[in-house]
Amino acid sequence: MTDEMIGRVISCVAKTQKLPPETVTIDSKFEELGIDSLDGVNILYALETEFSVSIPDEGVLGIKSVREAVEQLDKLIAATGTNGAAKA
Amino acid sequence: MERRVVVTGIGVVSALGKNARDFWEALVKGRSGIGPIRQLDVTTMRFKNGAEVSDWNPQEHFEGKKPDFMDRFTQFGVVAAREAVKDAGIEWNPTLRERTGIVMGTCMGGMGSIDLGFQDLYLANKGRLSPLTVARVMANAGASNISIEMGVTGPAFAVSTACSSSNHAIGQAFRMVRSGDVEMALAGGSEAPLNFGHLKAWEALRVVAHDTCRPFSADRQGMILGEGGAVLVLEPREAAIARGAKIYGEIIGFGMSSDAHHLTQSASEGAARAIQGALRDAGLAPEQIGYINAHGTATLLNDPMEAAAIRLSLGKHAECVPVSSTKSMHGHALGAAGALEAIATVLSLKNCMLPPTANFTTLDPKCEIDVIANTARQKDVEYALSNSFAFGGLNAVLAFRAPR
Repeated sequence: MTDEMIGRVISCVAKTQKLPPETVTIDSKFEELGIDSLDGVNILYALETEFSVSIPDEGVLGIKSVREAVEQLDKLIAATGTNGAAKA
Repeated sequence: MERRVVVTGIGVVSALGKNARDFWEALVKGRSGIGPIRQLDVTTMRFKNGAEVSDWNPQEHFEGKKPDFMDRFTQFGVVAAREAVKDAGIEWNPTLRERTGIVMGTCMGGMGSIDLGFQDLYLANKGRLSPLTVARVMANAGASNISIEMGVTGPAFAVSTACSSSNHAIGQAFRMVRSGDVEMALAGGSEAPLNFGHLKAWEALRVVAHDTCRPFSADRQGMILGEGGAVLVLEPREAAIARGAKIYGEIIGFGMSSDAHHLTQSASEGAARAIQGALRDAGLAPEQIGYINAHGTATLLNDPMEAAAIRLSLGKHAECVPVSSTKSMHGHALGAAGALEAIATVLSLKNCMLPPTANFTTLDPKCEIDVIANTARQKDVEYALSNSFAFGGLNAVLAFRAPR
């Protein structure tokens, strides 16, 4: 979990939700940010594009905060052996 | 004076068979039509299962160039309408043709045709699209092709309210027959949603199960997309009796409401208002309802919402009403769902046999209702409801009465 990665996840969440990035932190819970189920899948889509990964359905229910999103992505990136770089 | 409206003909194309008889036989046995999707390559899809109409060969149903002019969803609608009209023993004459209405529901219309067309346009760089594209894609293609084939010249239109489409369609047709606007109506819906682009859109929503459709079960994963078409012939009761038609059942009420809440999360208050509207329209008390064919999509959010809506609208009686979701067998056919379920409901009343919720494991404690689990229940029921609650918060509920 690097600061760079946390920054990119926060940026995805903020952009999708049209929130000022400074209002989103690693400890933000989705519920506190007013993120509902449809917002949630929209954020997952943004993260999949940003990190060039496919987030399986099985892990999705466990992602309810910025921290959980980062942890899930960490695992996925480690498993796929990519560096999580954005697609050119 | 309002007329009583009866169902005198039914037609079905579904994953459970390409006629109403096979459809009902599977429902009663609790046999699910869900399996691996075969009509397209789903290797890159997170889910692989659907409720497909198997071995659909358009040439078996349409001559010469006709299939080229119709998307799969239209073909399903026309074939279901043919069966319904034949079943009802309709003998057309110019006056009846002019006094008959057609109302067909569809969610996505001919999206499969535009999806294939765009592959030609953007992937194959063909630079042109088939001139038949517009006629295949338009949502009213089902209603229009039925009208053209049967020479029906009364009011005909399509209704598109996502998963409630065909309940709204049947409801409109019911009111047109009841008020005397038309002497007969062909009502229902059709859908062919299993195309690559559309499946990818559902994949992104993360509401489709990887295994199967288990409405109201604690371990349910989500919905299973289905396809098909279903059409009912509606007539005034007196006219049907006068011509000696067989009567499957009666439509006695229709309720509609909007949640004004959320694009993909239904609200139990809105759904309950549609149920109450149907009861009011039918002049029924909650205690008279003996069966509910649920919307029952098996998504995490729908099922507890629907159970709450049933409790809100029926009060204490909610605990003793048998409920099943036949989507567990024919899948969620979106704009055709309400029509498939309307036919399941009238046949349940006619045959004193309530179809089960297939694939059921254990009841989700958040869904406190009497779910008919896995095995059909023999029961003589006089009144039943069929629920549809669409994305976008648009609700439509039909009330039926047994023919006895």
